[in-house]
Amino acid sequence: MTHDPYSHALQLTADGQLRHFLTLDGLGKDLLTDILDTADSFIEVGERTIKNVPLLRGRTVVNLFFESSTRTRSTFELAAKRLSADVLNLDISTSATSKGESLSDTLLNLEAMASDMFVVRHSQSGAPHFIAESVTPGVAIINAGDGRHAHPTQAMLDMLTIRQRKHNFEGLKVAIVGDILHSRVARSQIRALNALGAAEIRVIAPATLLPSDIEALGCRVEYNMVEGMRDLDVVIMLRLQRERMAGALLPSEREFYRLYGLSQDKLALANPGCLVMHPGPINRGVEIESAVADGPQSVILNQVTNGIAVRMAVMSMAMSGQVEERSRLRQESGAL
Amino acid sequence: MATGHNSLRIVGGRLLDGLGGEYATTSLLIRDGQVVAVGEDADRAAADQVIDATGCVVSPGFVDLNCNLREPGNGQKGKIATETRAAAKGGYTRVCASPETSPVNDSGAVTHLIVDNAALDSPIQVSPLGALTRGLEGELLSDMAGLVAAGCAALSNGSRPVANARILRRCMAYAQTFGFTLMLTPLNQALAADGYAHEGRVATRLGLLGIPEVAETAAVMEMLLLAEDTGVRLHLSQLSTARSVAMVAEAQRRGVAVTADVAMQQLVFTEEALAGYDSRFHVRPPLRTEADRQALLAGVRDGVITAIVSAHQPHDSAAKQAPVGATEPGLSTIESVLSLGLKLVEAAELTLPQLVAGITTGPARVLGISNGLTAGAVADVCVFDPAARWSADETTLLSSGKHAPILQQPLPGVVRHTLCRGQVVWSAD
Repeated sequence: MTHDPYSHALQLTADGQLRHFLTLDGLGKDLLTDILDTADSFIEVGERTIKNVPLLRGRTVVNLFFESSTRTRSTFELAAKRLSADVLNLDISTSATSKGESLSDTLLNLEAMASDMFVVRHSQSGAPHFIAESVTPGVAIINAGDGRHAHPTQAMLDMLTIRQRKHNFEGLKVAIVGDILHSRVARSQIRALNALGAAEIRVIAPATLLPSDIEALGCRVEYNMVEGMRDLDVVIMLRLQRERMAGALLPSEREFYRLYGLSQDKLALANPGCLVMHPGPINRGVEIESAVADGPQSVILNQVTNGIAVRMAVMSMAMSGQVEERSRLRQESGAL
Repeated sequence: MATGHNSLRIVGGRLLDGLGGEYATTSLLIRDGQVVAVGEDADRAAADQVIDATGCVVSPGFVDLNCNLREPGNGQKGKIATETRAAAKGGYTRVCASPETSPVNDSGAVTHLIVDNAALDSPIQVSPLGALTRGLEGELLSDMAGLVAAGCAALSNGSRPVANARILRRCMAYAQTFGFTLMLTPLNQALAADGYAHEGRVATRLGLLGIPEVAETAAVMEMLLLAEDTGVRLHLSQLSTARSVAMVAEAQRRGVAVTADVAMQQLVFTEEALAGYDSRFHVRPPLRTEADRQALLAGVRDGVITAIVSAHQPHDSAAKQAPVGATEPGLSTIESVLSLGLKLVEAAELTLPQLVAGITTGPARVLGISNGLTAGAVADVCVFDPAARWSADETTLLSSGKHAPILQQPLPGVVRHTLCRGQVVWSAD
């Protein structure tokens, strides 16, 4: 497996705490477990009548969405509000940048609003890295999905869902099925599963939907889904965008469903109790049979609930990393 | 610019004539823009001015086959005045100017404009490259003979592929009629699509859109076959893959009139340079694998690749300040080529004579120019100290483009003097 030492330095403080959350590349088992444990503690908060905790009171969180998204943005908004932060939603895909303003100029304007955290979604891979490098120190950046690169909070909520049902990751065989090529979710899931110690990660897709050298991320390629389902403990289905047919990546939805759709027959090949997951929104009859999506092995709706808890965990951890780093730097400069 | 001296002697330097000859501490005598004597003959004659080259290498002035001066039309990125001054500081005495200007250099009028502006603003020789097709659109032939008559050194597609093989074949046949050289960057645009990084493990890791190796090799194969078919003099620009080098070598063995170059950045860096999303290393063709880099180096050592180019692409800072995929391709390299090359020499990946040949006589031969440092040659000379160190940053770079490949680190190689036609056009002191 290859690690990116650069991201490591950018998103962690000197003592190894999160200060941004850009990618799972380079994050170890301890830190990921810490995120999951923190998220677990926030699930209890969600079950109370008064759902707020004051961890981000007085802080301003800006949801900076350069690519439209309702679900991810809503869960980030809810997570920030439960942490008592002030939340500003900016849907940039319909405003400034479409008028030709550069990303750097947009950021300069936003910084003038004295925000403490940007939750960033962007169609360009690496945009959150770029923003993390350019913002004023002390402002935390949370990646809410960048291009084909990463969607680390989605992967962590999937890990939380798996852990709730399977309790630990050792020995687990997990498959990710479908459009791996365009999927930032799959890349982050592979990182997370490897870091947490899953026994085997398979990616199942035709060659047109697999990025080159995907094995280097720590997974095994399987073209045949019938073979790939054997001994599985978890199967994660990815969403297939309709435009993939136009790009000559696939012949038809019907053929894709026949070969790579998750039907009850195919699910029966996996281990009993194999979890069925999907980051949503699902295309019934394209990636997954309705009876499977709604069936007893499906944890698709648990994934949505866990999304809020994981985002609360990551936001509070990154903010405290920034605060501690700032006080450490202040002490150091005071000591001089 | 002019020194007023008629004769000049360079003493004490290690002379590399670019032709394979190497002399320890040998003098060079220049008079009226020509090399008149080398060695003891040079020591005996009187000279108006003496340059002490002790500790330095004396070589032919560097020649670049692939340089963007951005004039006319892109003054915010660079101008002939700024970029040729940067080139003189980099040791260059002649640069070929890419046809990708605005307007495109596809007519004698634009060529005249570049030649006239260079006569006013450039301390060194500028050889414009004419557009192979009108507007570089890959559809209609440009007035090739008119472009060459106006001063173009060769015809080029810049970085824009001619997608239609029938049109490319006709371009070649027409150019062959007049004996013109075509300088083509091989790329199959349909295969490259929207990519901007080498399709491979780094692009997969970072989620960058890939340009597969076959986007280059399919075009190299097509160009070699068409060149063989038409008999045109073909020069392939900026090879980036091991397979391309092998195909060119094979064609050369069969007697196809093909030469090739590589950008210095391809010899030094790999796809790993993009880790951390450093948009400076968004270049075209993309930086590829270590195996490709090794094969390109071997191609230079074996003589399959005869020229090392700068692929200099100055940009305004905004063009490079964005997530990688939203930036414009290209590095500002013209002041760093020598230093990067010397790093290769220090790493024993090239010898100093191989480096010097690759940036002097190799590219000159592609242009049909002879520039070895022998008596009777035009006095285009570079005097550089390979051991001296400098650091590239906003203040030291003369180019408008400040996105040099290695910034704020000590780099080997300082050009002490550049002489173009016997005139000192750059002095570091």
